[in-house]
Amino acid sequence: MSTSTQQSSAGPATSAPSQGALGGHEKQAPWVPWAVFGAAAAVALAISLLTGWNIVLFVIYTVVLGTLGTYLLSRVTEGSRKATDRLITCLVVSAFGIAMVPLVSLVYEVVRRGAERFDAEFFTASLQGVIGPGGGAYHAIMGTLIITALTTLISVPIGLMTAIYLVEYGTGRLKRSITFFIDVMTGIPSIVAGLFAYALFVLIFGPGIRLGIMGAVALSVLMIPVVVRSAEEVLKLVPNELREAAYALGVPKWRTILKVVIPTAIAGLATGVTLAIARVIGETAPLLITVGITNATNFNPFDGRMATLPVYAYYQLTQPGVPPQEGIDRAWTAALVLIILVMGLNVVARLISRLFAPKTSR
Amino acid sequence: MAKRIDVSDLDIYYGNFKAVEGVNLSIEPRSITALIGPSGCGKSTFLRALNRMHEVIPGARVEGKVVIEGQDLYGSDVDPVDVRRQIGMVFQRPNPFPTMSIYDNVAAGLRLNAKKTSKSDMDDLVERSLKGANLWNEVKDRLNRPGSGLSGGQQQRLCIARAIAIQPEVLLMDEPCSALDPISTLAVEDLMMELKEQFTIVIVTHNMQQAARVSETTGFFNLNGVGQPGRLIEYNPTEKIFSNPDEKATEDYISGRFG
Repeated sequence: MSTSTQQSSAGPATSAPSQGALGGHEKQAPWVPWAVFGAAAAVALAISLLTGWNIVLFVIYTVVLGTLGTYLLSRVTEGSRKATDRLITCLVVSAFGIAMVPLVSLVYEVVRRGAERFDAEFFTASLQGVIGPGGGAYHAIMGTLIITALTTLISVPIGLMTAIYLVEYGTGRLKRSITFFIDVMTGIPSIVAGLFAYALFVLIFGPGIRLGIMGAVALSVLMIPVVVRSAEEVLKLVPNELREAAYALGVPKWRTILKVVIPTAIAGLATGVTLAIARVIGETAPLLITVGITNATNFNPFDGRMATLPVYAYYQLTQPGVPPQEGIDRAWTAALVLIILVMGLNVVARLISRLFAPKTSR
Repeated sequence: MAKRIDVSDLDIYYGNFKAVEGVNLSIEPRSITALIGPSGCGKSTFLRALNRMHEVIPGARVEGKVVIEGQDLYGSDVDPVDVRRQIGMVFQRPNPFPTMSIYDNVAAGLRLNAKKTSKSDMDDLVERSLKGANLWNEVKDRLNRPGSGLSGGQQQRLCIARAIAIQPEVLLMDEPCSALDPISTLAVEDLMMELKEQFTIVIVTHNMQQAARVSETTGFFNLNGVGQPGRLIEYNPTEKIFSNPDEKATEDYISGRFG
């Protein structure tokens, strides 16, 4: 966009009349755009008051009018190139603002409504025998942690080794087809992964089976491709020179991978794994099918139903009991705890990448 | 320790592309042999074929013989990993392991091969190798700092220390000074003069003064045109190559009338 403008204004000198030797229009003072937007807000306020007050319409009017005003004013006083620059700046900032709206409002709403039951009881009590007020999500938090840990245990070795195969050993058709199927797996809807795990265990144990491990298998189907993709990217970043340096010292390939490639990439690998965990910890649909829900605490993923936070939130919201408000509050708090878990994992990922990063002075 | 290398009728391929053709030469032990020639003429490829490093690239293979003291490097029962333990290599760009300290970088050859070495032996080896690479005085107070924190010239000498720590028979150097300033280059060249007492050294260089300064024997590689394989045009004592070469092409290249 700006390139084309640049070209048109860099055309024949006659197309830019009344410019000095240095081609300079007056530069706008930094407060001018703000003033324009202030004026736009005033106009928008007037329109809104005339047509009926609406905060959303007011913001939209302000942004549109302000952008138009800034562009036109700049075009008159500063020339078309600068005006385009300002127009694009306005558009980019607006896009950023739009992107922030759902995030901010979601976090705000979840914190506001989840704070209601964010108390000690929520973290220590299960729902066993709870009707009405009180109760907590201890069983669901433990269930989520156990199932996610199992998922990680299954997915990380498989995912890492697949990535190592793809980067270090794989060639030709096999590598291409694995890459292709990993891509396909990335796109599998989570409900399909859940149905797959359910069907698999029904074949073995008969219909109606619900186990924590089934959930871990279902989530692994979702997590493995994420781990493979991120690990593959990170391993590719390890400079070939380091591998060659190790080979030249007479180090066998497998030791080179183990002692040079993986330590060099460990920060990226750990970050990738942590983010993959964050990706699956909030999955609901597969757990709904495979793990079910229970009100009691169950630590054994190989025996019977378990509660998990997303499914817990879902049931508390859809079947809150009487009076409904207690269940709805618990659902919001469960959502808040999930968000905190995911945020915590992201923070951990950042810490890991900082702690493990190769210490270089460059 | 140092060994003689005999190469006969060596062809090197990348897939179907013939990169180097018909090389015959003998490299004397305890000497420095320089390989010069224009870019893309197969000097580095040839050098990497001497310790089977080129096999790392998929599709690369050789035909012909490379014999070190009677042992054929490409014999069917020879493990390329063993070959590389005997023939060390220093690369164009310094490549210390970023996750390791200076000490660990030098010790890497033994550590990565899981050779059991006592702490004091290892200390000795590291000190000896670093002294051998003229780096000891600069780093002896910070052996536990990361190797990538050194300057480019120091890193290259660290890589040389790492290469000589495994006590190879032969040391291959692929343009070891092309990323270094003149002072570091001088340090590396002095080092090579010392190392040739113990090792057989083969160096690829674009710097003809360097070839003239350090080497006893020089090989000139050239290629007839793009897509043609590179060939060894002339292989003679360095003095003869730089004063009175047998081949017109060598003289043209050395005097700058090439191409």
